[in-house]
Amino acid sequence: MATTVSAPAPGRRRRTPLARREARWAYLFLAPWIVGFLVFQAGPMIASAWLSFTEYDVINPPEYTGLDNYRELMADPQVARSLGNTVYYTTLHVPLVMAISLGLALLLKRVGRLQGFFRTVFYLPVMTPAVAVGILFLLLLNTQDGLINRALGLVGIDGPSWTTDPDWVLPGIVLMSLWSLGSTVIIYLAALQNVPRDLYEAADLDGAGAWARFRHVTVPLISGSLFFTLIVNTIASLQMFTEVYTMYFGNRQTAGSFNSDAASFYVIHLFQEAFQFLHMGFASAMAWLLFVIILVITVVQVRLSNRFVYYEGEER
Amino acid sequence: MSRTLRVTALAGVLTLAISGCGGVGGGDSGGGGSKGTGALTTMGFGLSDEIAKTRVDAFKRDNPNVDLKITEGAFDEQQFLSAVASGNPPDLVYMDRKLIGTYAKRGSIQPLTDCVDKQQIDLGQYRQAAKDQVTLDGIVYGIPEFSQVRVVYLNETLLKQAGLTADDVDLSDWAALPALNAKLAKVTGGKLTRIGIDPKIPEFLPMWVKANGAEMISADGAKANLNDPKVVEALTTGLKLIQDQGGWGKFKSFRDTFDFFGAQNPLAKNQIAAWPMEEWFLNQVAKNSPKAELVVKPFVDRQGKPLTMSAGQAWVITKGAKNPDAACRFVKQMTATDTWFAAAKARAEARKAANLPFTGVWTGNANADKKIFDELYQPTGNKRFDDAVATIRSAQDAAFAMPASPAGAEFDKAWTDAVNRVLSGQAQPAQALGRAQQEATAALDKAAK
Repeated sequence: MATTVSAPAPGRRRRTPLARREARWAYLFLAPWIVGFLVFQAGPMIASAWLSFTEYDVINPPEYTGLDNYRELMADPQVARSLGNTVYYTTLHVPLVMAISLGLALLLKRVGRLQGFFRTVFYLPVMTPAVAVGILFLLLLNTQDGLINRALGLVGIDGPSWTTDPDWVLPGIVLMSLWSLGSTVIIYLAALQNVPRDLYEAADLDGAGAWARFRHVTVPLISGSLFFTLIVNTIASLQMFTEVYTMYFGNRQTAGSFNSDAASFYVIHLFQEAFQFLHMGFASAMAWLLFVIILVITVVQVRLSNRFVYYEGEER
Repeated sequence: MSRTLRVTALAGVLTLAISGCGGVGGGDSGGGGSKGTGALTTMGFGLSDEIAKTRVDAFKRDNPNVDLKITEGAFDEQQFLSAVASGNPPDLVYMDRKLIGTYAKRGSIQPLTDCVDKQQIDLGQYRQAAKDQVTLDGIVYGIPEFSQVRVVYLNETLLKQAGLTADDVDLSDWAALPALNAKLAKVTGGKLTRIGIDPKIPEFLPMWVKANGAEMISADGAKANLNDPKVVEALTTGLKLIQDQGGWGKFKSFRDTFDFFGAQNPLAKNQIAAWPMEEWFLNQVAKNSPKAELVVKPFVDRQGKPLTMSAGQAWVITKGAKNPDAACRFVKQMTATDTWFAAAKARAEARKAANLPFTGVWTGNANADKKIFDELYQPTGNKRFDDAVATIRSAQDAAFAMPASPAGAEFDKAWTDAVNRVLSGQAQPAQALGRAQQEATAALDKAAK
């Protein structure tokens, strides 16, 4: 769109009529999102903040109980357990997804003509419904007949009881989560393709080896994408729900009646408190605690990113 | 706090923590009121087979002025609560009977006292176990539909291979179960390839506990009894059967490979010798493995007396239902003797057309069952199936049910968590059940306030 930019005047800048008209159009186009955000996000969030200070079963009017829900939250061993499981999962899942995705993206970059095909292949699992992924991995992780343990058996390893041994339930879930890393791969591939070739040539001339080129050229120039995926994957991991709920807590005909403390994730516990036990006030407090945790982690990550992330064109 | 604010708050909990878990149901108001005409909405029910369709058609035929809207799909707590919170609940909900105590205590479903009086519904026709599950503090909140019971299935082929007969399988003699299990189970190359006895825990623990002469919860659903030594003994007995077959990991992973709904079912594949299970499996065997050497026996207590656990669905009328009169007529007709009989007749005809045996319909209405089996049911000619049908029919008279409880979901979670901790080796039975007792008591006490 053509714009007319007037020379900056001393003191306060005056916008031209065209700029003001453009601004109005911009707000108009943004309006659906703003309305959606206020109605479906901000409004419910404020209401749930209020509910977190009440005893509320969804059916009867809420009763104000002060900080009781938060006190109960801190004393509930199941909350601590589910939070611990979720953090453990996140700590394993995020670095693994980033490392494997980067490795795959680097390989894909070298593929050449078939890159489009492999890009599609790696992205396809992302399109698999989460419930189907849960069911699929219940079968793949089967101790006696699952493909994973059969593969391990070929190299002489007696595979663990992925779905029943409390020590192996979370690693099994992490394994399942790697099924859907296609989005991260595609982001990294796009970032890698934007790294200027002349920088590699210059590094070559300086005698840099493969590792040095990767460490000092590739990583800095894709650090923006690395940071983005770190944030997004961390938040998604802390909100893990559907696949695990399907595997361990869903329909008894499909998931079996067995579930394990080891598979108790924070959002699953929240969901049970809200909709199965009708403790909506307590669940609201849980939701706000998770919100604060995610906020703190994200702020820390953003602060750290100032030291490690390079944005093209920025002055440092 | 306004209703709108509460609805948005409900959405907020998930907005903060989960994205994309939505779905609010609810019906059109439509009116109708005391005349019982106009719109009538349901939730949790589907027209999946002739049993459902025949009964719904009967209601439509007799109530042409009622615009019946069936929102098909299984009961979904989130959908139901959202509809209630928005002040737009369906008139009728078809839900698992074990949920009724909780919703009744919270006031989201109506007592059916007036409905029963006005429509002159004969509560005496419904099976006692089913009625226990829909009654809280002496007030009826639901009308029972099907009555699912558990019986013991035996694979006679495997019994013969072990040199045994069906009479040798005596589930009343708990001390002899490990030896019997050892004769029937098979481990090949370190892998469990045949289950001897499957105690079906955690699901069927209440039945083992009852067989041991104890109750897991008081009759009024208000007091937990999970740390009773007899409960511990029942869990220990089931645990030993599983541990003797390689432990829970191998046992469960082998069982997870079973396909109970196809020709390759575990009976046909000789993967299991003896196990308690719901009565519907008989229909699957009749359909998929008509030549299987199946013997069905009643589950028994430690004195050898038949015993079974009943479960199933029920119809409830929601608080705020816009057409309670029509809803009441609907539940009466859906569960009436003649309606069940018409549905069973449709089922029998469908089975005949498909060249499959008709093995009966098991309802919560004892009069309907009697009429179906007296007037409609014909022995198949296959003695195994005919004996099995007789066994299931007699088991219905020996049924008990977990009573309605104001904290039913939390109580269930407490004891199933305990069993799961034991099965996965995280705790001993007494320790796990002790913890469950504390958790269940806290939940029940809180719900009672």
